[in-house]
Amino acid sequence: MSTIDKVTVPAPRKPWAASPIDRVKTAGIVAVAVLISWLVVAVTPMSGKLAYAVIFFFAYLVIDFVVSYRKAGRPAAMDSLFRGLVTTAIIIAVIPIVSILATVWIRGHRGLHWTLFTKDMHSNSFTDPVSQGGLVHAIIGTFLLVIFAMIISVPIGILTALYLTEIRGRFTRPIEFLVQAMSGVPSIVAGLFIYAAILIPFTKTVNGIQGSLALAILMIPTVARTSQEVLKLIPGDLREAGVALGGTQWRSVALVVVPAAQSGLITAMILGVARVAGETAPILLLTGGSGTKNYNVFSGSLGSLPNYVWQAFAAGTPESITRAWAGILVLLVIVVILFTSARILGSRKVGKK
Amino acid sequence: MSSTLTQSPALIPEKREITTKPRLSDRVFRGVVTSGGLSSLVILGLILIFLLFNGYSTLKSQGIHFLTSSNWQAAVNDAGQFDAKNSHFGIAAMLIGTMIVAVIAVIVGVPISVGAAVYLTFYAPTAIKKIMVSAIDLMAAFPSVLFGLWGFFVLESTGEYWAKLLNKYFGWIPIFKLPAPYVTRSPFIAGLVLAIMIIPIVTSISREIFSQTPLDRIQAAYALGGTRFAMLRAVAFPYARSGIVGSIMLGLGRAMGETVAVYTVLNIVYQVNWHILFSAGGNVASMILLKFGEASTYEVKALMAAGLVLFILTLIVNSLANVIVSRTGKSGR
Repeated sequence: MSTIDKVTVPAPRKPWAASPIDRVKTAGIVAVAVLISWLVVAVTPMSGKLAYAVIFFFAYLVIDFVVSYRKAGRPAAMDSLFRGLVTTAIIIAVIPIVSILATVWIRGHRGLHWTLFTKDMHSNSFTDPVSQGGLVHAIIGTFLLVIFAMIISVPIGILTALYLTEIRGRFTRPIEFLVQAMSGVPSIVAGLFIYAAILIPFTKTVNGIQGSLALAILMIPTVARTSQEVLKLIPGDLREAGVALGGTQWRSVALVVVPAAQSGLITAMILGVARVAGETAPILLLTGGSGTKNYNVFSGSLGSLPNYVWQAFAAGTPESITRAWAGILVLLVIVVILFTSARILGSRKVGKK
Repeated sequence: MSSTLTQSPALIPEKREITTKPRLSDRVFRGVVTSGGLSSLVILGLILIFLLFNGYSTLKSQGIHFLTSSNWQAAVNDAGQFDAKNSHFGIAAMLIGTMIVAVIAVIVGVPISVGAAVYLTFYAPTAIKKIMVSAIDLMAAFPSVLFGLWGFFVLESTGEYWAKLLNKYFGWIPIFKLPAPYVTRSPFIAGLVLAIMIIPIVTSISREIFSQTPLDRIQAAYALGGTRFAMLRAVAFPYARSGIVGSIMLGLGRAMGETVAVYTVLNIVYQVNWHILFSAGGNVASMILLKFGEASTYEVKALMAAGLVLFILTLIVNSLANVIVSRTGKSGR
């Protein structure tokens, strides 16, 4: 009779994971490919970073293909070839992001100066040295534009989402379709529309609220679609519980569904803001680009960050270009903060407060 | 044994009215939400009406030439008044330019985006996946003026070098010919910038579609001994095919409507230019922005008509794309 002295639990094995030998092999392939690209560039008249990259790319794919072919035949070879291709794709997709962020920081931080956040441009031109004047007016302007765009678009967006998830009437499919179609409206068309509907017949001049209206048009689809996704995730149990307790639909939506989706709805709002904060084309048509602080969106030209960047870029001197990059840096920081906070809020579990 | 049940009326409780009629609060609620929901219809309708209303006179006077001619001339008579007879508005050059840059963007951007989506869905380790997905989603929120400036100051020099190489080795292909040795601010570079701008959209939609691939089919493919590539070819690609086509069209729609980035990197010249490496081009959106500054009241009407054409064009492309995307999963095994 044998007793079990100790239970041996076999460690989980991962036969698909890369073994140390595989890793060495991969490193070897990379090394050989680097060597080949270096040799080819040295011997042939080709030159430049592009030549290195292209030759390395092809050398790696070919060697990897041959090695896998010898190891496990054609299917394995095709597999590693494809893996090489998609890995290249993701690397190429990420390069511009890194390049853009690096460029904005490298060129933008030279233009950062404390007066940026304390002064406006009413007594300076874009060609003045960077230490003079600032973009307080632009930050205020962008803030106002976005707030008013939010006031207009968030209720409409959330109502649309509620219609699509709670009421589900006979217009559900057409509205879903139209919201998606609306998200493809070019920003310049939104600008032209407000120009035709409000500026030409009524105001005849630039002001802030027109910009907010155009931004709201661009923001509604983002808010509606994100809110819809969030509301879809609210379990049906909650709605049924609300109705079972004798609540009307209105009360169960207002007191159960919307509070449960609260953080998600805020995420939708923030994503909408991030979408329009840097929108330039409608701003250029509708709001004007004053250099002085203006707290009134209903009258007078209103400066904003995209407009500041645009004017500074158009001025074309080294000082003004530095200003443009500094403006972009500030704008980008705002967008990144908004985006990150939306991510953090959105990653919370729906239904929990 | 038929006996009628007789009960004293006192035992029967008074009939309660059971109704499915919503209460007043619900009717108000439904009314408000429905009207909010219909706003997208109203807004799209208003855009159409106002652009048509303002652009109608131009469309009427120019007729089909508005779409087929490449002549943009706002004539002024001796008295300084707008001269409708001698003015010509035609956006053919800009329409063709729009298609050229958008198609370049799709040709360059789509393979990268779809490849990246495949990598993120089926290959990437979790940690890398999280970072990359956040980075690419963040890129979707970058302002277009940033892409424009980056394209102008950074991509321009690299792009010119690529353009020269293309011309040197593939110059025998008509579209890579150069009528004159100027390669700065060409449709090619504008197309590259747009390609980068559509990468986040196409990647995230394709990724969403790939991630919906039924797990049982994936596992069945692996269980039959398939490699990852075999699984992709037999399961994921057929499943996602229509969705990918839709996401490509959404990218095309976005690329067609882009204004500021194209305005910044492209040398807008009012002529039909098929030589994508040559320094001349344009698209409808950037042309509107360019002409708007000094446009007279009448020219603004012509620009409204151009905006109308752009609006209808993007609306068609986007609607088709959405129809195709929503059919995902109905193809494949």
